[in-house]
Amino acid sequence: MKRVGVWAALAVVTLAFGYPFWWLVSASLKDRAHVFDNALLPRPFSPGNYVEVWQAVPLLTWIGNSVAVGLAAAAAATVTSALVAFGFAMFRFPGRDLLFGVVLATMMLPAAVTMVPVYLEWHALGLATTQIPLWAQNLFGSAFYIFLLRQFFLGLPREVFDAAKVDGASAWRLFTSMALPLAKPGLIVVFVFELKAAWTDLVKPLIYLRDPQLYTLPRGLKAVLDRFDEGGEEQWELVLAASVVATVPMVLLFLVAQRHFVRGTVTQHVE
Amino acid sequence: MTVSGRESRAGLLFLLPWVIGFLAFTAGPMLFSLWLSLTHYDMLKPPAFVGLENYREALADDRVGTALWNTVFFTALHVPSQIVLALGLASLLRRAGRGSGFFRTVLYLPVMTPPVALAAMFLLLLNGQHGAVNGFLGWFGFQGPNWTTDPVWIKPGLVVMSLWTVGSTAVLYLAALTRVPVERYEAARLDGASPWRQFRHVTLPGISGTVYFTVVVNTIASLQVFTEAYAMFFGARAKQSAEGDAALFYVIHLFQEAFGSLRMGYASALAWGLFAVIAVITAVQVRLSRRYVHYEGDRS
Repeated sequence: MKRVGVWAALAVVTLAFGYPFWWLVSASLKDRAHVFDNALLPRPFSPGNYVEVWQAVPLLTWIGNSVAVGLAAAAAATVTSALVAFGFAMFRFPGRDLLFGVVLATMMLPAAVTMVPVYLEWHALGLATTQIPLWAQNLFGSAFYIFLLRQFFLGLPREVFDAAKVDGASAWRLFTSMALPLAKPGLIVVFVFELKAAWTDLVKPLIYLRDPQLYTLPRGLKAVLDRFDEGGEEQWELVLAASVVATVPMVLLFLVAQRHFVRGTVTQHVE
Repeated sequence: MTVSGRESRAGLLFLLPWVIGFLAFTAGPMLFSLWLSLTHYDMLKPPAFVGLENYREALADDRVGTALWNTVFFTALHVPSQIVLALGLASLLRRAGRGSGFFRTVLYLPVMTPPVALAAMFLLLLNGQHGAVNGFLGWFGFQGPNWTTDPVWIKPGLVVMSLWTVGSTAVLYLAALTRVPVERYEAARLDGASPWRQFRHVTLPGISGTVYFTVVVNTIASLQVFTEAYAMFFGARAKQSAEGDAALFYVIHLFQEAFGSLRMGYASALAWGLFAVIAVITAVQVRLSRRYVHYEGDRS
């Protein structure tokens, strides 16, 4: 009897959390007169929305930009955060714990505090309207990923490293030929997390990108949402088709890398 | 292992990228911003020192008051509802047994949705006349409000929308729940404890560290709420109306002052104001946690 209750509750949860996705895909295939009708199946069936939005805005360019920025952000964050995390996990030196405390403190620092001055820095460098500010900061490591990868490195068997050290292996060799391969699951976690973060971010593209040819998908989607508002009549079916295009890659990424997302989420909090 | 000069050097070399980044993108900008907050700076003329003028202006600015009230109100609704729902869902998932993987996917997928897409979807789902949310309420005889246009209901609407992405918190709680030793539940049951008493005296103490962590992190994030509200009600969508004011959150105001009006000095002062608010609220939470959070002896 109790199990029936649990399964009924789970069914309700599945419907509640699954419905908006179903609704989104269905509505993106409806014509303008029916986009509001909440019917489960699109009738009349209008797949032409996707062609129309494709022709109205440079969707392919935006996808390309998002892929480029996402991969650059993810690769940069993974490599440098691993370097820094290895430094914190494997070496002892004066001030190390104090510095790591600073890393943790920056995780709590509101991003809004550095938004203006960092923009002015990129402006001074003449790069404020390029895509570079969207990913280049990751070249210096990112606090949460440093924390996460340090956990991974600390979990590796210490004796192996000590033995290699006795054999005269350099620190760099320890890092590249032992630590990195062993920490691969952690590196994947960082890569997929940052790929998702960069792919979905609107704040930085809003601050930095001016030229629509440089827009990432979320910035482009915001432009679509704004543009079709101006004429008075909103072309919701096109907005929703573009929303599907922006969302599907993330759904696929999750289905492929589910384990890693869950692992990263859970590692957020280790007392 | 001994602390050798060589080891120190190697360690510091590995840390070098972070040290440079910290100076260039965190510490440096913070000092820069502190100084900027004492100036008028529009990016055309050099910054002009004005002392505490920006802070005085911020204290007298009605829009700052509105933005701060909106932000605190949203946070006060958002954080507790997020945590209660996540806890409920995690408890439910723990009882799903072998099916929990599937339900975890169902809960987590919304978290993957880009916030702008979320904003577009929920502008329609929450629509007062045609939206599915009010359609659902209608089944039970309720007349749902105009979530996206009525100033009173805009923030509750944003809270409802944010509940759809509760999955990451729920997954975190699920992991914490599975770490609570089973023997404690068995002992409680032997003592004849009701499910509620088991929850109150076994579950909650067992996961209070995790709950506390999510309260702090969610509060800090929530006080900086920006993307969904901006996508829905600002940019070219901004109408000079009550709608915009009802969704004017602190960081949106800051963003508009900085990148709309190019008032970089004033925006910097606003940023430090937010920093102070967040610091005070976090400090209060830390103090309260000493009383209520139960840390396990066996923390890993």
